[in-house]
This record gives sequence, C-alpha cells and structure tokens, in this order.
Amino acid sequence: MAPLISVQDVSKSFPGVRALSRVRFELLAGEVHALVGENGAGKSTLMKILAGIYARDSGEVLYNGEPVSFASPRAAQMRGIGIIHQELQLMNHLTVAQNIFIGREPRGRLGIFLDEDRLNRQARDILAHMHLNLDPRAIVGGLTVAKQQMVEIAKALSFNSRVLIMDEPTAALNNAEIAELFKIIRELKARGVGIVYISHKMDELKEISDRVTVLRDGEYIATVPTATTSMDNIIGMMVGRTLLDVPRPAEQAARDEILLEVRKLNCGPLVRDVSFTLRRGEILGFAGLMGAGRTEVARAIFGADKAQSGEIMVRGTKATIKTPADAVALGIGYLSEDRKRFGLATGMDVESNIVMATLARHLAFGFFLRRRGIRATVESFIRLLNIRTPSATQEVRLLSGGNQQKIVVAKWLARDCDILFFDEPTRGIDIGAKAEIHKLLRSLAGQGKAIVMISSELPEILGMSDRIIVMCEGRTTGDLAWQEATQERIMQLATQRETAKAA
Amino acid sequence: MDQSRTTVGANGRVAGFRAHIFGSIARQKLFAFASLILLMVFFGFASPAFMQVDNLLGILQSTAVNGVLAIACTFVIITGGIDLSVGTLMTFCAVMAGVFLTYWQLPLWTGVLAALATGAVSGTLSGTFVAKLKLPPFIATLGMMLVNKGLALVVAGDKPIYFNDTDSFSLISQGSVIGNILPSLPIPNSVVILFALAIAASALLNRTALGRYTFALGSNEEAVRLSGVNVDRWKVTIYMLAGAICGVAGLLIASRLNSAQPALGQGYELEAIAAVVIGGTSLSGGTGTVLGTIIGAFIMSVLTNGLRILSVAQEWQIVVTGVIIILAVYIDNLRRKRS
Repeated sequence: MAPLISVQDVSKSFPGVRALSRVRFELLAGEVHALVGENGAGKSTLMKILAGIYARDSGEVLYNGEPVSFASPRAAQMRGIGIIHQELQLMNHLTVAQNIFIGREPRGRLGIFLDEDRLNRQARDILAHMHLNLDPRAIVGGLTVAKQQMVEIAKALSFNSRVLIMDEPTAALNNAEIAELFKIIRELKARGVGIVYISHKMDELKEISDRVTVLRDGEYIATVPTATTSMDNIIGMMVGRTLLDVPRPAEQAARDEILLEVRKLNCGPLVRDVSFTLRRGEILGFAGLMGAGRTEVARAIFGADKAQSGEIMVRGTKATIKTPADAVALGIGYLSEDRKRFGLATGMDVESNIVMATLARHLAFGFFLRRRGIRATVESFIRLLNIRTPSATQEVRLLSGGNQQKIVVAKWLARDCDILFFDEPTRGIDIGAKAEIHKLLRSLAGQGKAIVMISSELPEILGMSDRIIVMCEGRTTGDLAWQEATQERIMQLATQRETAKAA
Repeated sequence: MDQSRTTVGANGRVAGFRAHIFGSIARQKLFAFASLILLMVFFGFASPAFMQVDNLLGILQSTAVNGVLAIACTFVIITGGIDLSVGTLMTFCAVMAGVFLTYWQLPLWTGVLAALATGAVSGTLSGTFVAKLKLPPFIATLGMMLVNKGLALVVAGDKPIYFNDTDSFSLISQGSVIGNILPSLPIPNSVVILFALAIAASALLNRTALGRYTFALGSNEEAVRLSGVNVDRWKVTIYMLAGAICGVAGLLIASRLNSAQPALGQGYELEAIAAVVIGGTSLSGGTGTVLGTIIGAFIMSVLTNGLRILSVAQEWQIVVTGVIIILAVYIDNLRRKRS
C-alpha cells in the first residue's frame, strides 16, 4: 500500500536553531503513527510543516504519492490534512456548530444571511457520525476540555480529513475521557484516516499506536512497530541514554515540624472543608481527577482566589492571606499548571522572570536595579538548575517547556520560599527533563522545603510523594502514606462521590 | 540574535549582554529613525527654508509638549493600558499653576509644584480606577479626560489665565540656559527639558524596579500578580507618574503661551498616542522605548512643519498626518513579523 504521507529528507532551520535535519516520516492510511521525542526534538516543527504552518527549507513531502507544498494551514486543510493543536483553537463564545463551520458557514438563498438551521443540521450529522452526544447549539466555552477537543476533531473531520495530526491530545483529559477519545480514534482508523499522534505518555502509545517514529534533536532516529518494541527501548532511543528512576532517600529526616496546616478551607464549589497538614521535608502528593479541586485548593491557600472560610496556619501561627503578595511574604510559592498564563512573562527574558518575585532585593537606594547583582543571581540559578538557554537575556517563549518550568522554580527558590505548591510540574515536559524536575523536587525536600505536588499522573504521584491526599469534587477523600498507596486505591478514592460515601 | 555581536562563553551561554541590548534596541529604532532622517532630507530638498536654523529650532520647540505627553503615554501603554486623559490633564495642570501664580500671587516654585501635584493626583485617580475598580483603562481615562477638561473650565471660568505677574514663568519654556552659556546654540529650555525627561524616563524604564514591572505588567499581569508582586500598587504608581509628567507638559505649554488656556488640550492625547505608536511601542503592551517615542514625536512635528513650509493647505496636512500614522504602524508590523 502506498503511504498517505511520505516525508523525505526534510530540513528546517530557525534563526540560530536547526530544528529538523533530513527527517523522514511515513504515514499509512488507517494507521495511528506515534511521533515521540523530547521537547525540542522537532515533532511539532515537522507536524507544522505537514499542516502548512511552516514552509520547509529543503526535502520533499509526498501526499498520495504526489509532491505537495502547502502555502497555509487552510490549503492543507482543504486537501484533507487537519491538525489539532495542544492548545485548542476554539472560539469560546460561539456554539459547537459555529466553531465547526467557522469560515464556511452555509448561507441562505440570497447568500447574505447565514442559514443557522442548516449549520446545526450539518454539525449534528458530523457529531452523530462520531457517535458523540453533543448539542451543536451548546456554547463551546461551557464544555469540558475533553468535549472541546471532540469539537476540534469534528471540525477537522468536517473537511473530510484523511490525515489527522494530534498534538498531545490527552494532556488535559482524565482516564474516562481518554477512553472516549481512543474510541473515536479507532473509528477514524477503521475509516482509513491516517493519524499522527504526538504524546509523551508511553502507556497511551502502547495502547493506541501501530508504529512509533522517534526523533531526537531534530534528527530521525527510527521507526518501529509498537507491538514488538519495549517502551524502555523507545525511551532509550528518545533520550539516547537509559533513564534512572528517582530513588527514594534511604533515610528520611525527621519530619515533625508542621510548616502549613489548613483547616476547613472553603472556596467555591471545588474547595469544600479541605483540611491537611504539610511537614518540613516532605512531598505531599495531591491526586484526583481533572476538576477535583486540587488547583483551586492551591490557589485559595496562595491568595489567588478569595477563600470563603477556613484557617491557615503557617509555621504554627494563624496567617491571613488575602493576596498572593501575602502568601509570598510568608514563604509560600505557587507554580501554576499553566506556566504561560500564570507563571511566566514569556515575552520577557530569562533574567526578568527569575527575579520577578525578588526584584526588591536587587535595588540600590530602593530604586535602581543592581544589574550586576541580578546577573550573578540569575547565572547561579541557570547553573544550579541546569537551565538550557543561550543567555540570561533570551526571551522565555523561545525555550522548551522543561526549561520554562525550571525558570519558574528558580523564581521561587530565589524568593527563599520553603512551602512550594507544584501544580502539574511535569505537564508538557519531555521525559528527560521530567526526571530532572523529579530529582529537583526530591532535593528541595531534602533541603527542608515542604512541597505540595499536584499531579494527574499516578506513576508520578506514587513515585514521588511521601504522603498522598486524594480529592474528589472539592473534598478530600483520602490521606495515605506512600507505603499504603496503590493506583487502585487512589482511583477508588478519587471517584468516591459524596453520595457513594454516605451509602 | 545578532551572532556576530555576541560571543559564546565556554559554558555555552552568551556573553556580551551590553552589545546584545544595544544592538537590538538600535535595530528596533532604526526604521523610525531612518524615516525621520528621510523626511528631513525630503523637506530639506523641497524647500530651502526648512533647513534654516530658526525653523529647526521651531521644530524642536514645537515637539517639546507633544514629546513630553508622549513619554507619559509610553509608560501606560507599555503596561498594556492607554491614557486618554493626558491632553486635558495637561491643560488642567496649567490652569492650576495659573491659580497659584496669578490668582494667589504665590512664588514660582509653588506654581510648578501645583502643576506636578495636580497631574500626580489625577493620574493616581486614573490608576486607582484601573487597578482597584478594575475599569478598562480606556474607560477610566476617558472619564478622567472629561473630568479634567470640566475642572479646568470650572476653575478658570472659561477664560485664559495670564502669567503677566510672574515674569520668570515664560522662561521655563522660552528661555535658553544653554544659549546663555553658548550664544551660538540658542536651544530653548523646553527642548532641554524634553531631552532631560526622556533620559530620566529611559533610565526609569530600564534600570529601576518600576520600569521592570511596567514591562512585566504588559507582558503578563497575572503572572506578576502570582509572583507575589503588589500589582495594584505598581499600576497606580505608573499612572501617577504619567500624570506628573503631564504636569510638566502643562508647565511647558503654559509657559510658551504665557497663559493657561482652559479650552485647549483635547486632541493632544491622540497626537501623543500616535507618537508612541509610530515609535514602535506596541499598543498590546510589553514592549516599547522612550527613544522610539521621542523619534515618533519628532516625525509628527517635522511632518507638520514641512507641510506648512511647502504651503500645503492645513486641511490636507491633517489628512497626510493620518495616512503617515497608518503607514508607519503597518510597516513596523511587517518588519516585526519578518524578524
């Protein structure tokens, strides 16, 4: 069978970076082809070339056996190549149907007015085809992330796409939603659609993909059948070295001193009577499904959202935290799950971001920046955390996710925070950098920091936490020592709804 | 990044920070600066009167007020806001100086202080509306624009206040400290004040915490807030500073006219914003330079002056200015996209 897409020796450079170097890739009809590699390996660049977002510098792309070169995403889409970005590109104020047919709205007989009925009918057909129970007139902003993703897929399918590129489609989905997504992928596959699947999650690749292509540092490494290749093998090809698990420290320091105690905290529907304690030197894992209220707990404690009631004790004394500034003054730092929105000024340089919370310390006469001091501090953090950046003045948006995350960590370390909330610290970060972040968390705990780690990845929760709090629908449903925690036990607690508990 | 200007250190990081910063700013401003030179060369060839020293001095002097207002706007615009109140605030500040100097016959320095304080108070109000009441800057400063305009008319009672009793007042703008020392260079004080203010503002933006947070607010306000920075306080401070700078503009214009004209002022804010935007500061915030703003202000006044010398009808001068603003920002966008 002739491949649907065949990429031959494609190269692409950006100023200062060789993003792709003579890369090969092949996609068959009805195949789910996983594309893996560390961040910066060139996956996204390659896919953006296929989808007409970037132009290649050299090499050839064959689509249905004929050489193609798409001038725009629109052109690629019209020929049947659709891409679903990690960050969904939907208009939140419009309806499902309006989103699906944006730019192609059916019109009435005069060609002036839009034919809303026909629009909704066509959208309903597509959704029915996907076996999706979704009202075309629903406002997209009110849907769950999973449903929004389905809308994106429906949109791509409405172009009769023969190729669908999915960039980390499960990043924001819970297990039930992932199962639903996989069902749709399998149906598309059965209809002969070729799917390129980019993901960092190895277990997903194992479940859904037929073949895996590995890229590393912009170069093609190998294409292997998923069924007969071990995941360790694939990870080995991605990083070019074997990965060490983060070992638990053999001897654990006495963890008596309670740094943070939260009592009966309430904040909106997703934080209800939450109580827990956090000791010096421990990593407290917060497990739960998407929307269980873990992020909301962190934000309420940090003063980012206003709590309705509850007590917060920091180092044994009652604290009043009304704004993030109050929390920071008490040595509490919060690393958001959404770095770009809440953690970084991505248009500014590495240096500005690292000293964002500590600028007051680098002032002469309380006013002028001591630039040499700032530079020295920033350089020392770049070394300490092994941040890979060409310089301290590099714009943060140009760095990889892992390095961006380290910059946020550096910001809080610079502030001497000893209570740190890490919200999904390794989301969207490649495996090599992930292990580094894990080691970093361990060493921070070893130095006597108290860490709350919110994570949706059970292996991460189980591997890293000393204690685990499980949340469901705004309540804490479990508090486990790591020795007694298992995936099954956590999942059970994470799905323990209020009614079930009462029964 | 300009690779030739930077050297890669042994540890893989790039040294040569100064060269990098200087290089990037220079490049960013190159276009605006080149257009300014081009305009001047064009008018110079078109009319011999243009390059006369008197005319050039006139351009310098006429840029002073708009330049100062544009500096005020630059701060606010970099935070991602907008300040529509600068024009009428300038007038209100001038009127308040008149109240102190002419109505109450107080010494010169009280008038100066009154203008600066009026600006600072009005700016603080705008800033408070934006930061605390969470009003969009457009609305908050639109309201303050009308408040300032109305108050100026209320206080001055519809007619100009003349500064005939304070002789030295007109020297603020029209005297020439440099000319006294170097008679061959009779640069008016207003121009010296503009440049001094520009240098101070530039230092403020690039070398102080205030400046760093000005950029940071425009880049990602929420991230700054979650870093534990008191965002509201900085915002109010920035609007206050912008207001105080309007006080300087008020003094300059009142000194030049030797009177505070309460009906004047509206429309100045748009010229100031135009200068900022021509100078390459993005209306969406996060980037901008004072140098660019100054160049932008000069482009505006060279254009006005040159067209007048070429005897272009006033009506058409306005049209051309509008077209130039659109062109300048469009070309700047193109340039940005390419880089």
